[in-house]
Amino acid sequence: MPRYFTKDHEWIEVEGDAATVGITDYAQSQLGDITFVELPQAGASVGKGDSCSVVDSVKAASDVYAPVSGSVTEGNAVLEDQPELVNTAAEAEGWLWRMTLADAGELADLMDEDAYKAYVAEL
Amino acid sequence: MRYLPLNDADRAAMLDVVGAGSIDDLFVDVPAEARLAGPVPGLPMHASEMAVERHMARLSAQSLTAGQAPFFLGAGAYRHHVPASVDHLIQRGEFLTAYTPYQPEIAQGTLQVLFEFQTQVARLFGTDVANASLYDGSTACWEAVTMAGRITKRKKAVFSGGVHPHYVETARTMAKFTGDTLVTRLPELLAASDDDAVIADIDGETSCVVVQYPDILGRIPDLAKIAGAAQAKGALLIAVVTEPVALGLLESPGTLGADIVVGEGQSLGVGLQFGGPYLGLFGCREKYLRQMPGRLCGETLDADGKRGFVLTLSTREQHIRREKATSNICTNSGLCALAFSIHLTLLGGKGLEEMAKHSRVRAAQTAQALSKVAGVSVVNASYFNEFAVVLPRDARDVVRELADKGVLGGVSLGRLYPGADGLANGLLVTATECTTTEDIEALVKALEEVLA
Amino acid sequence: MNEINRSGWRPAMGSAGEAEAIETTTGNRGLQLEEALIFEIGNLDHCGVDFDGAIDERLLEGLPSRRSAPVDLPGLTEPEAVRHYTRLSRQNYAIDLGLFPLGSCTMKHNPRLDEKVARFPGFADVHPLQPQSTVQGALKVMDELAQWLITLTGMAGVAMTPKAGAHGELCGLLCIRAALEARGDAREVILVPESAHGTNPATAAFAGYRVENIPATADGRVDVDALTARLGLDVAGVMITNPNTCGLFERDLKTIADAVHAAGGFVYCDGANFNAIVGRVRPGDLGVDAMHINLHKTFSTPHGGGGPGSGPVVLSAALAPFAPLPFTTRGADGSVHLIEEENAAQEGHAQAFGRMCAFHGQMGMYSRALAYILSHGADGLRQVSGDAVLNANYVLRSLEGVLDAPFGAAGPCMHEALFSDDGFAEGFSTLDLAKGLIDEGYHPMTVYFPLVVHGAMLVEPTETESRGGLDQFIGAMRVLAERAKAGDPLLKSAPHLAPRRRLDETLAARKPKLVWKG
Repeated sequence: MPRYFTKDHEWIEVEGDAATVGITDYAQSQLGDITFVELPQAGASVGKGDSCSVVDSVKAASDVYAPVSGSVTEGNAVLEDQPELVNTAAEAEGWLWRMTLADAGELADLMDEDAYKAYVAEL
Repeated sequence: MRYLPLNDADRAAMLDVVGAGSIDDLFVDVPAEARLAGPVPGLPMHASEMAVERHMARLSAQSLTAGQAPFFLGAGAYRHHVPASVDHLIQRGEFLTAYTPYQPEIAQGTLQVLFEFQTQVARLFGTDVANASLYDGSTACWEAVTMAGRITKRKKAVFSGGVHPHYVETARTMAKFTGDTLVTRLPELLAASDDDAVIADIDGETSCVVVQYPDILGRIPDLAKIAGAAQAKGALLIAVVTEPVALGLLESPGTLGADIVVGEGQSLGVGLQFGGPYLGLFGCREKYLRQMPGRLCGETLDADGKRGFVLTLSTREQHIRREKATSNICTNSGLCALAFSIHLTLLGGKGLEEMAKHSRVRAAQTAQALSKVAGVSVVNASYFNEFAVVLPRDARDVVRELADKGVLGGVSLGRLYPGADGLANGLLVTATECTTTEDIEALVKALEEVLA
Repeated sequence: MNEINRSGWRPAMGSAGEAEAIETTTGNRGLQLEEALIFEIGNLDHCGVDFDGAIDERLLEGLPSRRSAPVDLPGLTEPEAVRHYTRLSRQNYAIDLGLFPLGSCTMKHNPRLDEKVARFPGFADVHPLQPQSTVQGALKVMDELAQWLITLTGMAGVAMTPKAGAHGELCGLLCIRAALEARGDAREVILVPESAHGTNPATAAFAGYRVENIPATADGRVDVDALTARLGLDVAGVMITNPNTCGLFERDLKTIADAVHAAGGFVYCDGANFNAIVGRVRPGDLGVDAMHINLHKTFSTPHGGGGPGSGPVVLSAALAPFAPLPFTTRGADGSVHLIEEENAAQEGHAQAFGRMCAFHGQMGMYSRALAYILSHGADGLRQVSGDAVLNANYVLRSLEGVLDAPFGAAGPCMHEALFSDDGFAEGFSTLDLAKGLIDEGYHPMTVYFPLVVHGAMLVEPTETESRGGLDQFIGAMRVLAERAKAGDPLLKSAPHLAPRRRLDETLAARKPKLVWKG
């Protein structure tokens, strides 16, 4: 399944018109210990770049933006009790929400894994 | 100068290290035209400790104090006996001259007090959690309204006419700028509070219902009924407690279904202080914790595994979230919270109940005595330690005339509700455990003379 | 002669490290005392308060919503309570114990005269709704303080009621908004420099404004060109801290103010650092329209472990008519009148924008601040700011050889000296040096603020430190800076000697325990 990345350090994995979104391992390493994740409501419609979720660490609260437009189908309820999953498995079990895509064409604006790696290496 | 340790020899030596010719030279970045050559004109020079104390004592003597006169005022500020040990303990330098406990290793004293305070407030209010205090009851009330807006994503708040008018006015002032809609009404001089009218105002747009308990006239609303009606429409119930001593006898608002409970903590430990500093109390359901304003203290462990306390969940606050913060508040009312907590610790649950009983009994005795004065009638069907009476003429004038006779007889509704003609003859009368039989007799005698 | 001395007993001298090995059964270590929670030591049957007379239970009848059992709150008798709180107090650092170099927080000595007069019954034992003729003492304190604040700042009016600095900021912005609305001018944007206190953007957002950041220049001041370029019909005003959070005076404030005024906007000055210039500079002379004054910073009311504060806002002639209720005016006979809802319109104050809080503000802070101001007088206040700035510059110049001082070359600092963690060993940060200060018996300085400097350390000694006290602090800082540069692992785990070691903030935030549940 193809996976894309944003400059704000979100990842999105797409399967048909459905997708899973999270923050990257690089992002979690910068944030430190995650203490709380505010998840979007199922059914919420989001525009590309909208703030959908907030990831709290001890010292910071960071907005997570929708990489593409669409509609939220579920938030990752496991994170309510285990926010630390975002630290230990940011790009796997620590996903934040699932959504349907409104316009798959928006994916073209995002980076693939190699491009993201190169982007992070520059930071 | 007695507060400045540097002398001229120190200053000269230090200026040498700094490489400046004079202290004035350190202010080179101030534009020359804005730099004053000498002391600000038009102001007196320094004064000795004796002289300042003498001046302040002269001013103090120009007030008629609560302790000097038969005293029956309330309306959101109450005179209770504060044990001497409270004022002694809050003046310990380690409490008085400490900063906000951002360095928890050397602030466990303040932090443990805040943790105990939060637990005391939560138990008193019947809520799951409570914060480390806000400025005062009126600002806490507005914070609760905005919090309900964040939770329900609605912007209409319904206020009972029984909410303290200053609290309503504070909220109205803020709402002008935030775009919230407030549904407000004046109280009426009726035996019961306006529960049914408030319930009728709740609709699908309502974020919260704000009800004072006991209300501004001292009546005790049916919180459980209002809570049910609010929740049926997806709105929250905010209960406002301006006299926490009442909860020594009355059921806690959270237990009766309030989602958020706010209050004024001044009654315990703080004293009258002409209106401030006071102490905002704030409790709510656990599920709303992340939407709560203000500082929070939480339990944790240190590197050696010992129990300790820290300020926590600070990412909600302004210094981190900046324009996305839950509130712009960055201070609590720490020393007042300490005073409140010490007083409540000295009382304990049973002591609080006894204090409440004495207050209620003194109020009942006052109400009985006043109801026998010609032309005076008691309004309330229910009350704790505060009730309204109707006088035969404007209560503002009566209060001033009573003051001329050395009696502080109550709060006129005309002062609280200027322009509301239907309330002009109303007088709020409050008693506490400090009220004596002689005080009640003096009030009755003076009132009979004034109304004769 | 004393019996003990005649016995010839002398204390044995132990060897290093022996003390750490001693385990005590109580967890106490000499005078370092542990203390349990009131919920662990108190109970419902203990009470430290008593009352007069018996209760006539018949008079309790007919009370609706009566609770069936007392609130579950533990009580303590007076000796237990005094001991509990006294023991807790000893786990706190405080100004009374030593230098408290928190930059931007201004932890200076709190005179005890101020505590004494604040408790005078004419101020402390009066009700806010007593007839005005019976509270002239309290009203005169409010009014005298108001006059001092107006004169010291060169402004036209003052709103006394805000309950803290951030509340004062809100009050000032609401005055600006009211003034703009009164002329039918709806503006949406407040400009805030990126070095501002976090309260500034939070307050502007709370007042309904959109916040736009203005960058700083390389020398730590507001970028005047960027700011003036952004001015326009949509800008309601700017919020500038002066002296700013880098401890520098904003030289161009008057130029900025003139440009803002020409564009129809207002200048809000965050007066958190007014203590650096009080008695020497009047913000009114620099074109400021509104400025809050934290009474606890400039006029030394106690911090009290986090409040209460008090944040009166001085206002220019353009904003003064919009000040919130209530406030005082003085009659020809010297009596002071309180203007509130009851009489505002007939006294000619119909433009007041509303009310910030119940009653009349922080009386207990006014009496303390007034006693402080009267003690110093106009000449003493000038010396206060002078000594505060001298002490800060003495620290700056004494430490710039061992610590990086980002703006050290820009000239004198104001009341606080800014350093960075540049040059520390790999893996060592500002936090480590700060925690090391705790072991040396000091409260840490402000860390990681302002955000514009990496690993910022902001040191504000205040004017109430002696030269000897400063020299000892400087000595400790020098040693700690060398240890941070050398990568001393014992610094990384500091503090070692405080009542608690570093606390697990992640645990506290992930599983919040905010009330005691047993």
